[in-house]
Amino acid sequence: MMNKLLLSLTLSAFTFLAFSQEITVSGSVKNEKNETMPYVSVKVKGKNTGVLTDLNGNYSVKLVDSTNVFLIFSYSGYTKQEIRVAKRTVIDVVLVTDAQVLDEVVAVGYGEAKSKEVTGATGKVKGEDIEKLNVSRMDQALQGQVSGVTISTNSGSPGGASNIRIRGISTFGDNDPLILVDGVVYDSEGLNALNPSDIKSINVLKDATAGIYGVRAANGVIIVETKNGRLNSKPSIEYSAYYGMQSTSKKLDVLNATEYAVIKNEMFAFGGQPMPFNNTNLGVGTDWQDTIFSRSPIQSQNISMSGGTYNTKYSLGLGYYNQDGIVGGDKSNFSRYNARFNISTDLSTKLKLNSVLLFSTESRSTLPENGLGSVLYNTLNAMPDRPVQLADGTYSYLEEVNDIINPVAQIKNQYNWNTADKFVGKEEFVYTINDNFTFTNRFNYNYALVNAKVFSPLVWYGNGKYANTALNADLESPLVEIADNVFLERGAAVYEEKSSYLDLTYESFVNYDRTFNTVHRVKGTAGVSIFQRKGNSLNGTAYNIPNNSLDFADISANTAQGGFLNNTGSWEFKERLLSAFLRAEYAYTSRYLFSMILRRDGSSKFGGNNRYGLFPTGSAAWLISDEKFYSIKFIDYFKLRVSYGVSGNDQIPNFAYRALLNGEGVYVFDNVITQGAAIGRPANPDLRWETTRQFNAGIDLTFWKKLDFTTNYFIKNTNGLLFQPEVTAILGSYGPGGYPPIINAGNVSNKGIEVELGYSTNPKKNLKADFNFNFTSITNKVKSVPEGVDYIPGASFGVGGDIATRFQEGYEIGYFFGYQTAGIYQTQEEIDARPVVQDGAQPGDLIFVDQNGDGIINFNDDSDKTYLGSPIPDFTMGFSFNFKYKAFDLGGSIYSVIGQEIIRNYERQQPYANQLAYVIDRWTGPGTSNENPRLTTGPTKNTLFSSYYVENGSFARLRNLQLGFTVPTKLLKKLRIESLRVYAVANNLLTLTKYKGFDPDISSSNALSAGVDYGFYPQAKTFMAGIQLKF
Amino acid sequence: MKKIILQLIILSAVVVATQGCKKYLAVDPPYSQDAENFFETPEDYDRALTGAYDLLQSSFLSLWIGEIASDNSIAGGESVNDSQGLHQIDLMNHGGVNVELRNILRWNYAGVTRANYIMENKDNIEFSGKEKILAETRFLRAYYYFELVKFFGDVPLIIDKRIGIDEATQIERSPKSEVYAQIEADLQYAAGILDPIATVQGRATKGAALSLLGKVYLYQNKYADAAATFDQVIASNAYSLVANYGDLFQVNNENSSESVFSVQYSGLEGGSYGCLICLEGNAAPGFQGIRQYNGPVYGDGNSYNLPTQSLYDAFSPLDARRNHSILDIDAFIAAQPNPETISYAIGAGGHTGFYNNKYIKRLGELGLPDNDLTSPLNYMAIRYSDVLLMAAEAHYLNGNTSLAQQLVNQVRGRAGVQGVSVNSINVIYKERRYEFAGEGHRFFDLVRTGQAATFIEGFQTGKNEIFPLPQVEIDLAGGNWSQNPGY
Repeated sequence: MMNKLLLSLTLSAFTFLAFSQEITVSGSVKNEKNETMPYVSVKVKGKNTGVLTDLNGNYSVKLVDSTNVFLIFSYSGYTKQEIRVAKRTVIDVVLVTDAQVLDEVVAVGYGEAKSKEVTGATGKVKGEDIEKLNVSRMDQALQGQVSGVTISTNSGSPGGASNIRIRGISTFGDNDPLILVDGVVYDSEGLNALNPSDIKSINVLKDATAGIYGVRAANGVIIVETKNGRLNSKPSIEYSAYYGMQSTSKKLDVLNATEYAVIKNEMFAFGGQPMPFNNTNLGVGTDWQDTIFSRSPIQSQNISMSGGTYNTKYSLGLGYYNQDGIVGGDKSNFSRYNARFNISTDLSTKLKLNSVLLFSTESRSTLPENGLGSVLYNTLNAMPDRPVQLADGTYSYLEEVNDIINPVAQIKNQYNWNTADKFVGKEEFVYTINDNFTFTNRFNYNYALVNAKVFSPLVWYGNGKYANTALNADLESPLVEIADNVFLERGAAVYEEKSSYLDLTYESFVNYDRTFNTVHRVKGTAGVSIFQRKGNSLNGTAYNIPNNSLDFADISANTAQGGFLNNTGSWEFKERLLSAFLRAEYAYTSRYLFSMILRRDGSSKFGGNNRYGLFPTGSAAWLISDEKFYSIKFIDYFKLRVSYGVSGNDQIPNFAYRALLNGEGVYVFDNVITQGAAIGRPANPDLRWETTRQFNAGIDLTFWKKLDFTTNYFIKNTNGLLFQPEVTAILGSYGPGGYPPIINAGNVSNKGIEVELGYSTNPKKNLKADFNFNFTSITNKVKSVPEGVDYIPGASFGVGGDIATRFQEGYEIGYFFGYQTAGIYQTQEEIDARPVVQDGAQPGDLIFVDQNGDGIINFNDDSDKTYLGSPIPDFTMGFSFNFKYKAFDLGGSIYSVIGQEIIRNYERQQPYANQLAYVIDRWTGPGTSNENPRLTTGPTKNTLFSSYYVENGSFARLRNLQLGFTVPTKLLKKLRIESLRVYAVANNLLTLTKYKGFDPDISSSNALSAGVDYGFYPQAKTFMAGIQLKF
Repeated sequence: MKKIILQLIILSAVVVATQGCKKYLAVDPPYSQDAENFFETPEDYDRALTGAYDLLQSSFLSLWIGEIASDNSIAGGESVNDSQGLHQIDLMNHGGVNVELRNILRWNYAGVTRANYIMENKDNIEFSGKEKILAETRFLRAYYYFELVKFFGDVPLIIDKRIGIDEATQIERSPKSEVYAQIEADLQYAAGILDPIATVQGRATKGAALSLLGKVYLYQNKYADAAATFDQVIASNAYSLVANYGDLFQVNNENSSESVFSVQYSGLEGGSYGCLICLEGNAAPGFQGIRQYNGPVYGDGNSYNLPTQSLYDAFSPLDARRNHSILDIDAFIAAQPNPETISYAIGAGGHTGFYNNKYIKRLGELGLPDNDLTSPLNYMAIRYSDVLLMAAEAHYLNGNTSLAQQLVNQVRGRAGVQGVSVNSINVIYKERRYEFAGEGHRFFDLVRTGQAATFIEGFQTGKNEIFPLPQVEIDLAGGNWSQNPGY
C-alpha cells in the first residue's frame, strides 16, 4: 500500500512545458483610496511566472502570447482580480478591500470552507484574541471564548493543564478532544510545548461534522494553525514582551493560635479527654499560608519575522516564557523556549509546498498538589501554635496530626523536574491538477524527548510521618536486609526517567471543487491517513547519593554498595491507525448546502473482532437570507443548519483487548522478594470503541450588519462506554496488579444549548467597540451502566472514608452522594422527640434526613444517602469587550460558571489539625448554631460525608483586564518603527463566589473526582505590563 | 494523464478503504508475555506459582476480622468511619455493603483463579518437578477456598479453569460440602507429594498440607479423620514448640520450628494505602501499632484491632501469654525510665488501653518506605501449638481424654503455666483463646464450637455464623445467588 501512495506522490510532481513569443505588459496598481500599492502579486494565469509591483505600485511583465492570457492581481486582504490581457500593453488596476467577515475561512478537516458554506457547528478564536489574554497555554486562552467548549483548571501551578471539554463529559474515560496543530496530534500534556503567540487561529469542530476524524472525533476536534506570512509583503519584525508579578488570588481564613487553642480545648473536653492547652493565650501564632505563598515573577518574550514574495510566504518566531509558582517559587516553575518556522512556497504553478517546523524545550518543576500530602493540604491543616523553625533552625514537627508535615520543610525537600524537547513539523505538497482538482500529500511528525528526575533526600518530619525517608532526626539511613543478615544502608535516592515518543502521520487526499451551470457546486474530498505512535522509556532509581545533597543528584553519583538496591525499568509501546475518508458536498446556489462524510478507521487498539469501524455523517444548511422571497430587513444574514453523525473514541490503553501477564505476582521465599507472573487484566477480544451519535441544529443570524447571533441545540449520545467496571470477584481479577477487563457498557447523554453573540460598533470616528458573549448550558445524564452494576464508585471523602462521587444511571457523571442534613440537634429533647432514630446523636450533631422513611438513619448501607450536587455546571458564560478610543484601548473578559458544587475535602478530620475559621461559629449550646456542628474528639457521625461538606461552587471571574496605549505613528516614523503599543494587564483580578476554598475553577482529568477539593493549587492573580513593537 | 492520476488515487484510496492492511494494524505488545502463550518452560510454571502464593499476603485482613468479629478486640482506628466495614463487624450490624468483606471475597478468588490458571495449563509440557508445583498449587487453592467457606459458607466452586465475563454470571453457589470435598481432595493430593520439610522457606510442605487438612476436618466435625491427620503431623517430628512464647512473634524467630505454615512478608517493598494487597510487607503490625506513638521499643501505628478488657481479664495474671499477647500501653509507659517523654494518641475509632502485642510495629522491625504500612513480620497461619490443640480437641471429642490432656499441657508447659485437667471440652476451647489471642482464630473457633452467641454481643444465631455476601457481588454475578440467611 505504501508503494502505491509513493507512486501517486511522485506523479503529483509533474510539471508542464511551454513555448515562447514575447510581449511586455505594464501598468500600476492602486487601492480604492487611490493610493499606490507596492508588492502586489501579478501572476500569469496557469504559468509559473509573475512579478511584484514596485514601491510605486508599478509592474511590468513579459508574456509569451497575449491573446488568451489572464493576469491575476492579488494582495491579501483585497479581492483577487483576473484580467484578460487581450493584446493590451498597459493595464492599470484598482484593488478593492475584501471586508466580508462571513468569507472568513474555517478549517473543517482536510480542507477549509468559507463560514458561509459551513454546515456544521464550529467555533473560532483568532490569534490576536489569544495573545491579548497573556496566558501560557492555549487551553487557558479558550476559556470563555467559544460556546460549548468548557475549560476548567486542573491546577493553577505553572504549566498546569486544563480540562478541555467540548459539549460536556461524555465518557467515564478520556474526554479530551482531538487536538491537531498544523495536522499534528497534541495531547493535553503536550500543549505545554505550544507557544500561544505562534497561533494564527483555533477552530473547534463541535458537532458530528468532526466525524471526518472518525474514531478519534467523539470528543470534538480542535484544529490549531500556526502563523504564516503574507504573500507580497516586505519583511516585518514584531517583538512583544510582558513581565508581571503573581500572587495568590485568595487566602483562606483559618484559626489563629489563640482561637485554635480555645477550640481544641473544647473539642477534647467534648471528647472526654484532657484539655491540651493550659494557656490559650497564644497570640496569632504562625499563619502557614503566609509562609508558603509568595509573590512570583512571570515573563514572556516573543520575536517574530514574517513576509512574503509573490510565490513564497514565510514566518519565523522565537519565544521565551518563564513563570514561578505562587506556592514554592522556583520549586514550582515552568519555562519554555520556542522556535518556529513556517514557509509556504509555489515550487511550480502546480505544486505548492507548505512546511512547518516547531521546536520547543520546556522544563517544569512541581510540588505535590491537590491531595493528601500536598503542600496546600499540609498548610491548611498545620497547627498555628507551632513556629516554622525552632530556635536551632530545625523545622518544627507537626507530630500530633497524622500525615500532616511542615509545608515549608516539605517545599525545601522537594526536587522534581521534568523537561521535554519537542520537534513537530509538517511537510505538505499541494498539487493543483486542474481548476477542479487538488491533490495533497502531507507528512507530519511529532518527536518528544521527555526527561524526569526526582531527588529524594533523607528527610525527617517528626515521628511517624509517612514522608520520612530517614531513620531519625539525625538523618541516619534506614538499613535494608537484602539477604539473611546482610544489611545495607539506604540513603538519599534519585530517580531518573528518559522517554521518547514519535508520532508519524502520512496523509494523502484529493479535493475536488466544481460549479456546473453556475448554480450546482460540487465539492469532494477523498483520502487516506496512516498514523503510528511509538514510545519507549528507560528509568532507574539509585540510592546513597553522597552528602544527601542535590549537588550529586544523578544516578552516576550513587554510592550504593554493589548497586544491590538500585533498580531499573523500561517500557515500550506502539499504536497504529489506518483510515480512509470521503466527503461529498453539494450546494445549489448559495442557498442549499448538503454534505456527507464517511470515514473508515482501523485501530491497533482493538482486537481482530472489532478492528475496523465506519463513521458516517450528514449535514445540511439553508441560507434563507439569499432567497428571493426573503424580506426581513433588519436581519441581513439568516442561516439554518442541521447535522447528524457518528464518531468514535478509542482512548483506552493499548492491548486492552488481550490478557497480558502484567499483574503482580510477587512473594517472599527464603526472605527474598521473588518475582512471579500473574495475569493483570483479563482479555476482552470483543472490545470496541465508544460510539457517539450527535444531532445538531443551529441558526446563524446577523442583525443590522452589527450584531452576530449563533445558537445551537445538540443531543449527543455516547454508547458502549469503554469501562473498566467492577466485575464479580469470582473472575479473580482483583489480585495485586490485577484489574477488571475493559468492556463496552454504559450510555451517557449530553444535551445542550449554545448561544454566541457578537456586536461590533464604530459610533464615532475614533471610537470602536466590540462585545462578545457566549452561553452554554449542558444537561448531562448517565443513561445506563453495565449490567449488574448499580453505580461506578468515584472519589472517597476524607481519609479512608466513604465513596462520595458516583457514576450512576439517571444522574450526572460524578455526582455527589451522601447524607442530606437538616440543621443541628439543639437539645436532647429534640433528639428524643424526633420520630427518626439517629444512632449516637448528641446535641450539637448534624441532623440527617431519613431518606427511605424507615424511621432509622442507616449508617451501614446507602439507603439514607441521596443526591447532594454535581461538579457539572448548569451553565457557563463568557463575556469579553474591547474599546478603542484614539490611541487607547481597553479590553477584558469575564468567565462565569453557575450551578456547580464542590466537595470541601481539604480538612484533615483529626483532633489536632487546624481548621477553617468558620468553626468559630460552631454549635456550643442550644441556639448557638444551626449550621456548624459541635466539635469533639470523640466518636461522631458529623465527619461522614454529608451536604455539610458540599458547597456552592458558582463563580464569576474577571479573567483579564487590559489597558493599552498605541503610540501615534508620527512619533515612530523616524525610528523606523511601524507601530508600538504598551499595555498593562491584570489577570484574575476579581472572583465573585461563595466558595470557601482557594479556587472554584477546579477540575480533574478524572471525571469522577472533578468536584473534589483537596487543597487545590489556585490560579494566580497577576499584574503585568507589556509592549508590542512592530518594525 | 490527469485522468490516470486521478483514477490511480481513487483506486488506491478504495483499496485501502476496502481491504485495509491487516498486518499493519496487528501490533503485538513488545517484550511482553501474553497470557495465552505462557507455560512453555518449567520456569513459567514456577513464576505462575509465585503469583498464586502472592494472595496469601491478604492474611492481615482475615486476621482483623477473625479478632474484631469476636469478643477479643474492637475495630479502633482514626475514627468510626475509618475502615467502616470493620466497625460494623465489631458491632455485629454488618450487612450487604462492606468493603472489607468484599476484599476477602475478591482476594481469595484472585488466589483461586491464579491457582486454576496453572491447573488449566497443567498438561502443556512435561518436566521433572511439575508434580510438586501442582501439589503446591492445589494446596494454595485449598487454602483460599477454606477461607471463603469459613467466611461465606456456600461459594461458587470453580476448578481447573479461568472463566469469562459472561460465564461468570451463570455460576451458582456450590454447597459448602462440595467445596469442602474439593479442599480435602486438593490437600490429600498435596500431602502425598510435598516435601516433609521446606527446603525453601515459605513453600507449602507436607506438614502444612496435613495440618490444614486436619483443620478442615475439624471444621466439619470429622473428629476421627482430624485426629488421625494431626497425629501424622505430630509423629513426623518435623516440628517443635519454641521454648519462649514471647520470642515467637519477632522477626528474628521467623520460620521457627513451630511454624507449620507461615505467610511470608518482607519489609523491603512498601506501597500505598490505596492498595494494601499490593504490599510485600505485612499490613497488620503497622495498622495495629500504637497511634502516634513516640517512645522506645515500639513504632508508630494506626491503632486498629485493639484487644478488649474482657480478653485481658480472661487470662490468669500468672499466664505470661497475657502480656505477650496484649500490651497495656499506659502500664508499659509508666514502667519506662522517662515516662513523661513518651506520648501516644487516642483514635476516635475507639480506645481500650490495649494493643495487640504479637503483631505490632516494633522499632527494630520497620518496613520501607512507610513504616505504618509495612512490616517484615510473617503471619503464622498454622503454628505447631495449634496443631497440638486441634489434635487435643479432636482426640477429646473422639473420647481420648488423656491424650487430649497431655497435648493441652504440652502447650501450657511451654507457656510456663501449670497443667490443667481436661475435664471438659471447654478447657480446650479456653486454652485456644489464651494461646491464640490476637492471631485471627477466635471468631471462627467460637462459631464452629457453637459458642459465638454466648461470647459475642449482638451475635444472632442462625445468621452471624457466616458473613453476608456483598450485595454488589450478588448483582455482579448475575443476581442468581441468594443472600445468606438473615442478611
